[in-house]
Amino acid sequence: MAALGPPARTLRGLLRELRYMNAGTGRPYRDTAAYRYLVQAFRAHRVTSEKLCRAQHELHFQAATYLCLLRSVREHVALHQEFHGKGERSVEEAADLVGLKLPHQPGGKGWEP
Amino acid sequence: MPSGAMWRSCLCLRHGWRRLLNRPPGGPTASVGKRASIPIPFRAYAPPAERKRFYQNVTITQGEGGFEINLDHRKLKTPQAKLFTVPSEALAIAVATEWDSQQDTIKFYTMHLTTLCNTSLDNPTQRNKDQLIRAAVKFLDTDTICYRVEEPETLVELQKNEWDPILEWAEKRYGVEIGSSTSIMGPSIPTRTREVLVSHLASYNMWALQGIEFVVTQLKSVMLTLGLMDLHLTVEQAVLLSRLEEEYQIQKWGHVEWAHDYELRELRARTAAGVLFIHLCSESTTVKHKLLQE
Repeated sequence: MAALGPPARTLRGLLRELRYMNAGTGRPYRDTAAYRYLVQAFRAHRVTSEKLCRAQHELHFQAATYLCLLRSVREHVALHQEFHGKGERSVEEAADLVGLKLPHQPGGKGWEP
Repeated sequence: MPSGAMWRSCLCLRHGWRRLLNRPPGGPTASVGKRASIPIPFRAYAPPAERKRFYQNVTITQGEGGFEINLDHRKLKTPQAKLFTVPSEALAIAVATEWDSQQDTIKFYTMHLTTLCNTSLDNPTQRNKDQLIRAAVKFLDTDTICYRVEEPETLVELQKNEWDPILEWAEKRYGVEIGSSTSIMGPSIPTRTREVLVSHLASYNMWALQGIEFVVTQLKSVMLTLGLMDLHLTVEQAVLLSRLEEEYQIQKWGHVEWAHDYELRELRARTAAGVLFIHLCSESTTVKHKLLQE
């Protein structure tokens, strides 16, 4: 069986991810459908006296997978913003890389609108 | 021996191909009711430009075919303009959360669950169940964890220690022979093994199979996917095992954040989405209320 750790840790991680996701919007994360569903699911399948319940393990596995998804997407977007999200340089910046400056004609080039 | 760079380019090609087939001319604007007022330039082989978030609220309703997603008052549709319905409530909530988590611009490349649902609803490659199963089992011939190197010694050791247990587990669980190989032709899989796996996969429905084929393609391994389906491995573990050689080289030579970490997060996200999709589409939710034994 996969080593998942305690369910409480997974739930905490999920709530943290939901919090990060909703930090941008004005809404509190407790209002979201995802929060309600997760809390209800964890409550319904709380650890009972049976330690080897397969349904519980399945739920925990799905929760851990969802946590991995949320966390990876957030980190992926952050890495994208940091390294790949800058777009192209403008012509001035590109010239500046090698220390050149664009020519400046006071009257314009004649063919510009 | 397949190198990391080759798999990367295969990944990018496939992703581009999927976009091409999923998005009709006009980009993703065609999929949601009203056309956007901002014209999006249409170039056949370029990815769709990012759209601004045009909705305030994302809600879920239950219709005849299943659960539907509403962006404000508009019903979400697939790229082929079918109504977006999913059979599982949990999946609907997860998709709604994906749409709700977009800020300012909609980043379609992060919405893996939505993409998987669209693929299942539209079936753009028009494959039936048999074809999907055969596509997945075909990877067995070049399964990552069966395809071993001969040198360097430490990598051989690492592959043996990490991958052999998975093979042993699979062989025991399914009662088949698999084995590993260092030859360039790859492992020779007995016909019986193939038959057993094909019949096992046939027990899953169409939606789950789309997910299974997706995960197999991402991880380049049928064995690891089976491990994920049977709750034997976590997503993080499976991704690590799939990228074993890459991790080995990273440890030896150092890692490049904008490439290695970026690809790791992307692979984890796609695999996690695929695995969750498989489980949510193949479970039957029967809640048995146990007697409280206080």
